[in-house]
Amino acid sequence: MLLTQLDAIVDWGRKYSFFLYPFVTACCGMEFMSVAGPRYDLDRFGAALPRFSPRQADLLMVVGTISHKQAPILVKVYNQMTEPKWVFSFGVCATSGGFYDNYATVQGIDTLIPVDVYVPGCPPRPEMVIDGLLKLQEKVAKEKWSDWPRGEALVSKKGR
Amino acid sequence: MNVTLKKLKDSFPDSIIETHSYRGDDTAIVKKEHIVKICEFLRDDGDLLYNFMMDLTAVDYLGREPRFEVVYHFYSLKHNRRVRIKAPVPESNCTIDSIVSLWIGADWFEREVYDLYGIVFKGHPNLKRILLYEGFEGHPLRKDYPVKERQPLIGPKN
Repeated sequence: MLLTQLDAIVDWGRKYSFFLYPFVTACCGMEFMSVAGPRYDLDRFGAALPRFSPRQADLLMVVGTISHKQAPILVKVYNQMTEPKWVFSFGVCATSGGFYDNYATVQGIDTLIPVDVYVPGCPPRPEMVIDGLLKLQEKVAKEKWSDWPRGEALVSKKGR
Repeated sequence: MNVTLKKLKDSFPDSIIETHSYRGDDTAIVKKEHIVKICEFLRDDGDLLYNFMMDLTAVDYLGREPRFEVVYHFYSLKHNRRVRIKAPVPESNCTIDSIVSLWIGADWFEREVYDLYGIVFKGHPNLKRILLYEGFEGHPLRKDYPVKERQPLIGPKN
């Protein structure tokens, strides 16, 4: 009874204070800037401050296309983030490769790292991003103490 | 009628293989050994002044000999004219001189052509792959590279 209350309080704190790591590679970055700007505000949801160091951030937003050359860098950044951490796949290129079904693009970052929310769109409207963030907040609100720590991304343990 | 093509043919009679012009689009097909001299002439000559290198790509005509063709697009800011220069490159001798000495901006364009087609640019300061990772095998934009082949660096093949 007490532990669930503790979980609820901790999750409440976590969901209303995301520190974003905007891993921006491509055009979706424009929409990210727009959603973090004054009109469609991310600050209202607590997700205001981007931290460009993986040690200090807890929400990795993968914004834009990830190429095969960039994939080990993404996995390294994910592994360096301290738990608890969540991954937000912003746009179709991060979700599934987008319309780049070719030799150079990772067909979805969930082949590399575990993803919590997928927001499709090319680029997604800021309202969609906010919807995704709200869904992530609902997910975080249901977490339990035993969920963390989870360990590093599986792809780096098995190799190719 | 076309100042550019006429001057090119007069100055380099034995380097030009063919020229044609379609609705104002001038094209000259030149021998690849003389490409640097021709580009320098295009850039420096008073009537031509093609000082803006707009694009540098390649085309793979599989089944034709020579197989590749490196295509340059130039624009003259002063005269508001465009010209296209094509240089056929055979597969057996897949090299061409680099024009980085004339336009530094051609650096990354040539790296991209090397990465995706495998055409080596002699005299390039830093010829290595630009989009794909270092150990990638093959050159994807060649017509005999399978369309669906995937070589991920890490992660599953999909």
